[in-house]
Amino acid sequence: MTYTQLAILGVLLAVLNDMYLLRTKLLTRRIFWVSYSIIIFFQLLSNGVLTGLRIVRYNGDVIIGSSTPIDGPPPMFGDGRVFFAPVEDLFFGFALVLLSLTLWVWLGRRGVQRTPTAGPPRFRNGNVKK
Amino acid sequence: MKQFAYLGVLAVCLLGTGLLEIFLRARVYRRWLRLILTLIPVVLIFTLWDVYAISRNHWTFDSSYVTGIIAIANVPLEEVCFFIAIPICSILTLEAVRSMRSWPVGDEVVAESGDEQ
Repeated sequence: MTYTQLAILGVLLAVLNDMYLLRTKLLTRRIFWVSYSIIIFFQLLSNGVLTGLRIVRYNGDVIIGSSTPIDGPPPMFGDGRVFFAPVEDLFFGFALVLLSLTLWVWLGRRGVQRTPTAGPPRFRNGNVKK
Repeated sequence: MKQFAYLGVLAVCLLGTGLLEIFLRARVYRRWLRLILTLIPVVLIFTLWDVYAISRNHWTFDSSYVTGIIAIANVPLEEVCFFIAIPICSILTLEAVRSMRSWPVGDEVVAESGDEQ
């Protein structure tokens, strides 16, 4: 299978797991999408370093775009790249993040260290919900 | 020092999100057992993916930017660290947002109300 196919499959499995297997249904929650939009910003930055400096190089046979060039950085945008990384990495990252959060929430729901809960922030010093 | 570039990127990610544990009281590291139990299947699944991808030449690593330590089946140590670090960053982000906003996540002690916040 190509990276493109695997990345789509990974997203599908992560979605099925969240919605129907563990039934955490994070995809229906505002907190997930707000968190993910923060995560994806920093993911693009850090992955941009890894792919832009060619620390990780991709084979053009298995992605939408071309191989990482031998003699210079890949395009920042275009040719299947988003901020130097293959667009497939966004799917890979989404599957990784969704699976991780699903398991974390599922374990909490099952009673594994549900507490102590997060917050309040230090600068608020305890005047909000515990 | 160049061979620590990949690990350095991960270290920056962990240091940055580590502030969320302290200043937003995300309490993710504090719930270390839950964190470890979350990480085990994630690391297993994504390392398997990586084993396959590397064996099929989907991606390679610039040997001057990695330590050269192999975790398993041609998978660099850095990759396994990635599958630990990024989930931790993600969970810290979720819990930091919860600390700020108190939106329901689905693991609250009170039974879910079924709303779609």
